[in-house]
Amino acid sequence: MAIEILMPALSPTMEEGTLAKWLVKEGDDVAAGDVIAEIETDKATMEVEAVDEGKVGKLAVAEGTKGVKVNAVIAVLVEDGESTDDVSAPQSVAVAEPEEPKPEPIAVAASAPIPATIAISNDPDIPSGTEMVSTTVREALRDAMAEEMRSDDRVFVMGEEVAEYQGAYKITQGLLDEFGAKRVIDTPITEHGFAGIGVGAAMAGLRPIIEFMTFNFAMQAIDQIVNSAAKTLYMSGGQMGAPMVFRGPNGAAARVGAQHSQCYAAWYGHIPGLKVVAPYGAADAKGLLKAAIRDPNPVVFLENEIMYGQSFDVPKMDNFILPIGKARIHKEGSDITLVTFGIGMKYAIEASQALSEMGIDAEIIDLRTIRPMDMETVVASVKKTNRCVTIEEGFPQSGIGAEIGIQIMQEAFDYLDAPVIRVTGKDVPMPYAANLEKLALPNVEDVVQAVRAVTYK
Amino acid sequence: MAKAKTTKKPSNPKTPDPIEFTKEQELAAYRDMLMIRRFEEKAGQLYGMGFIGGFCHLYIGQEAVVTGMQAALIEGDQMITAYRDHGHMLACDMDPKGIMAELTGRQGGYSRGKGGSMHMFSKEKNFYGGHGIVGAQVSLGTGLAFNNRYTENGNVCCTYFGDGASNQGQVYESFNMAKLWDLPVIYIIENNRYAMGTSVQRSSALTDFSRRGCSFNIPGIEVDGMDVRAVQAAGELAAEWCRSGKGPIILDMQTYRYRGHSMSDPAKYRSKDEVQKMRAENDPIERVKQRVEQNKWASEDELKAIDKEIRAIVADAAEFAQNDPEPDSSELYTDILLPVEA
Repeated sequence: MAIEILMPALSPTMEEGTLAKWLVKEGDDVAAGDVIAEIETDKATMEVEAVDEGKVGKLAVAEGTKGVKVNAVIAVLVEDGESTDDVSAPQSVAVAEPEEPKPEPIAVAASAPIPATIAISNDPDIPSGTEMVSTTVREALRDAMAEEMRSDDRVFVMGEEVAEYQGAYKITQGLLDEFGAKRVIDTPITEHGFAGIGVGAAMAGLRPIIEFMTFNFAMQAIDQIVNSAAKTLYMSGGQMGAPMVFRGPNGAAARVGAQHSQCYAAWYGHIPGLKVVAPYGAADAKGLLKAAIRDPNPVVFLENEIMYGQSFDVPKMDNFILPIGKARIHKEGSDITLVTFGIGMKYAIEASQALSEMGIDAEIIDLRTIRPMDMETVVASVKKTNRCVTIEEGFPQSGIGAEIGIQIMQEAFDYLDAPVIRVTGKDVPMPYAANLEKLALPNVEDVVQAVRAVTYK
Repeated sequence: MAKAKTTKKPSNPKTPDPIEFTKEQELAAYRDMLMIRRFEEKAGQLYGMGFIGGFCHLYIGQEAVVTGMQAALIEGDQMITAYRDHGHMLACDMDPKGIMAELTGRQGGYSRGKGGSMHMFSKEKNFYGGHGIVGAQVSLGTGLAFNNRYTENGNVCCTYFGDGASNQGQVYESFNMAKLWDLPVIYIIENNRYAMGTSVQRSSALTDFSRRGCSFNIPGIEVDGMDVRAVQAAGELAAEWCRSGKGPIILDMQTYRYRGHSMSDPAKYRSKDEVQKMRAENDPIERVKQRVEQNKWASEDELKAIDKEIRAIVADAAEFAQNDPEPDSSELYTDILLPVEA
């Protein structure tokens, strides 16, 4: 019986990849464990091994095909005695077709595509007419670090797998080649220790970028971030502080369970002496990371793994720096203010499209910075729309939405026509099962329902 | 910084013999240690009078450690420690007035009253605190040494911690990276035998702290921390070790604190006899005084004159610290973030 070989998922967030190279041809015998193909994801090139033995009956996807969906049939094996002629070749995988893969789609594939464009051309920080270059968030972060390392010898990057491995999520790709092992430093798996070493180096005058493989692991190091980095300037009466960046992916990725899926925006947002940045698109990722590296204070820079491979327009400018602490009105609207940050923007943008069809005109505010929080922009918007829904993936209690809600109550109580409502991650540890994970995260429908509740529609 | 590490075990240096001090060295050590003791006695008094609040950890008994180490350093070498830090600051030549005023929470204190006894710094004197979290200063000190290596400034960082901190995980994370990258850091374990109220025998599976770097190929030597000459000899050996590019080294300073862990510690975990015996037989200041007297390098009156002079400096500091105003209430909101340069 013919055995179908499917496009494998090679990381928790992979949705598609490039079939870079076939290492077998039709008619070849393969044994289990033989390498049959090379697959390129946006992060790495991986080898695909045969799981069963047999003869290659059909190569269903040509070498070099891009955008092959996970679980698509890429080849067919036939058993001894079966003729390759007997095999009716499966429909070749049409790359552009949005056809669902055959098995029950995994959660990643099932989620809606992320809107890849942000109207940043009207950003006051970008001169009109500036050329835009489509860039992934991953490349934008790397470019920001590389540019700052070129202009300031004190800047170095340190963390697990940042150098020779080129970054666990490939954010530091190419930096070792350009800057050498002195400034791109692989550490042992020892978050508490290297975070502390980074703070000490910053106190002495260097400008460290400390990469955490994910912010979940930064829990090991949170004492150094809070007690040493954030408080030293105050405790020393202004004599010395920690000019540095702690960065890495934050929040839920996909199907990685409770210990790898948590948003820490509220945790670090709580601490005086820190700045906390959480960008959504690539331009903000670049402009804000450059600002964070130059900032004379410790900055916690929260990224999102799901966003790393998404492309956005980035202005082609020599010195593109965005101000930390300023929200952006992503879309103007008159009926409701949606306030969010990071990947929460995905839900807000999609919900605003659905709401628009219902005749509800939503204003979307991308906070971009959690601390200091630009409440001026939020309050001005609420005074206009008289309603507000906050959106975040973090837990509800003492979260970012709770903070925004109370500040609106203090600053704009008389303008409110309805209570402020939060859309958050559910109050549970992140489950592993695909259906439960989906339930635990906020979704577009949650946002739509919240907006309908406060607009009484 | 990546390089292949040798698996060859480095030769562990032997504890050097105490330095034969000259008259000038003995008198300088006597003066420096007496300054710490008199300062701490005064701090204890002011605590009792309510001028100093919170926690206050006195260094009395351990004076030889920081005094001997400081004599082995050169300009630009850094120092960092935990919260039993008054002696370290005096050894760094920080102003007793500024230190005492910080203890009383006044505007003339080193941190303008915002740090207190446990959190004090002097950029000018290369004193990097003054840290309240047991063990955190070990990673930070390793980071200061990382800076020395990165900038190739030729300096070493003296990173002090106690027998108690020696059981914190980040100490060993730091040891590993310090040796991996051969950072110029001297780890000075002030082994005063008690982590708050728990003796080293009750807290530590390996009580020979000089061997705590074995897993990382970091050599260590045991030092009589009650003999300032022995400390200085070990300090000179360690500083040379670091400066010659051999990486970190551990000094296990055998010392003793006479007072409780903090002012609020009744010290029921040890006998009065134990303390008395140590004071009578091993007091670091008495040991210097005896040698000075034996060599007839100073008369009883001359030594008394030194004590009198020091008492006057300490009294001045205490006077200042009691009368200096508290910080202006506007200080509440300063030094939280630095402004971003345009």
